[in-house]
Amino acid sequence: MAYFTQQLVNGLALGAIYGLIAIGYTMVYGIVGMINFAHGEVFMVGSFIALIGFMICAMAGISSAPVAILLVLLIAMSFSAVYGWAIERTAYRPLRGSFRLAPLISAIGVSIVLQNYVQLVQGARPKPHVSLVSGGFTLFTSDGFDVRVTWIQIMIVMVTVALMAGFTLVISRTALGRQQRACEQDMKMAALLGVDVNRTISLTFVIGAALAAVAGMLFMMYYGVIDFFIGFLAGIKAFTAAVLGGIGSLPGAMLGGLLIGLIEVFWAGYFSSEYKDVAAFSIMILVLIFRPTGLLGKPEIEKV
Amino acid sequence: MSHPLIEVEHLTMRFGGLLAVDDVSFAAWPGQITAVIGPNGAGKTTLYNCITGFYKPTVGRLTLREGDRTWLLERMLGFEIGQKARVARTFQNIRLFGGMTVLENLLVAQHNKLMRASGWSLLGLAGVRGFREAEAAAIELARGWLERIGLVADADRPAGELPYGAQRRLEIARAMCTEPRLLCLDEPAAGLNPRESAELNQLLTSIRDRDGVGVLLIEHDMSVVMSISDRVVVLDYGRKIADGDPAQVRRDPAVIRAYLGAEEGVDA
Repeated sequence: MAYFTQQLVNGLALGAIYGLIAIGYTMVYGIVGMINFAHGEVFMVGSFIALIGFMICAMAGISSAPVAILLVLLIAMSFSAVYGWAIERTAYRPLRGSFRLAPLISAIGVSIVLQNYVQLVQGARPKPHVSLVSGGFTLFTSDGFDVRVTWIQIMIVMVTVALMAGFTLVISRTALGRQQRACEQDMKMAALLGVDVNRTISLTFVIGAALAAVAGMLFMMYYGVIDFFIGFLAGIKAFTAAVLGGIGSLPGAMLGGLLIGLIEVFWAGYFSSEYKDVAAFSIMILVLIFRPTGLLGKPEIEKV
Repeated sequence: MSHPLIEVEHLTMRFGGLLAVDDVSFAAWPGQITAVIGPNGAGKTTLYNCITGFYKPTVGRLTLREGDRTWLLERMLGFEIGQKARVARTFQNIRLFGGMTVLENLLVAQHNKLMRASGWSLLGLAGVRGFREAEAAAIELARGWLERIGLVADADRPAGELPYGAQRRLEIARAMCTEPRLLCLDEPAAGLNPRESAELNQLLTSIRDRDGVGVLLIEHDMSVVMSISDRVVVLDYGRKIADGDPAQVRRDPAVIRAYLGAEEGVDA
């Protein structure tokens, strides 16, 4: 029981990170119908920006952890948002209206560019970072096994819940969210009603990138080490999470993220850690066989 | 008569070798319903697509005028025509945002006002008063339209669940929520039963008389065209063959020929 609880805690923290990245995939898919394969790299860039941010904070002598974290969070979100905006502007917008595979290929190109760019300017070696948030507490002990919850895990879950709540509010309650949902359903009609579709799409990328940057920062603080290649696997996992939850559905992305995180951690905990990725992907395949639209996705009903 | 609201001059739209609209010129006035009729394939919808920015016309000028201000529609981007020139349109098939509620459909149409008032939603989230007032005003306008189309009780239902006739009226109301100068309707009466069709006539005449908006109307249902339009423009094979008030057009030999075919041995 203690072991199970421990894995549950670990899985939730990891799943929250996947969920944050998955939102970027699902939002972009919802609005422009393409998979933004460069999104994982935005997450990686976000984590590097966070790393640099923490170093600047250390140099500037900001010793209070909450202040530094908040500052770095803002820096990482805003810089990554610029990346997200620029990627859309340069790599996707010129291809809008061309054949469906074109933006996909250009997304893969962007992802290679970003990886190599970070590898060149930051070096290929993994970058360690001493986490500002360390320690934790023992939840309970049974059979001589301590269930530890670290502060960083609590922070991950809390930040994710807060962002999700704010984000859901924006989408469901504000004019911006209405405009976004309208574009998702019928872009041309939205344009005719005076909605600036290009700007809405840009904003979607900006929001997605900012959330990925938060995930990148949390990832770095959680694992304490990053390199230029982390975006690939995390991106694929988050994409899997978005598909599992039902691509296009925001709660689905979050649910899918949590599930992928839990599956991975439990598999590693009970069976073997070498096959944890295989387990996550196999379960996705199984779910898609029986529910092709994912767990919370709505099937497209065609009227005849 | 005052200035025309929209002037279409020498409009030509060519798709490769096909001349869909061929040198068509006409005008429509504010506070009037101008019907565009013609057999299938006459170029009516192409004409609309040019006016609303879906197509860039091959040749021609589209001038929208209000007071001293003019907009050259053929030079504007699609969303600008909706946003700045304020031309609204509906389609032959229904294009409501089916997954959003009836009220939300009407609010999206007012989103420009709301976005400005809400400071890109940032202030709106913080609950700044100006935004709440703007939102309340938007809901008030939407409510007024829901009353006029008889859908107040359905405000929170997903638009896709409404019966067909109600969806048609909601589309028109949504277009009107953009506060357009010109409203272009593409076969609004298609598929309506006689009662719904009568309700539509009432709605359209009230839009003309109460709101003073210029209405362009593509319609095959002649009972609708003849009973509510002030002017009728007839297209055939992309050319304009007649233009005038309904009674005039009905007697026009060219129109009769286009619709019924020429009689044996009778020439133009």
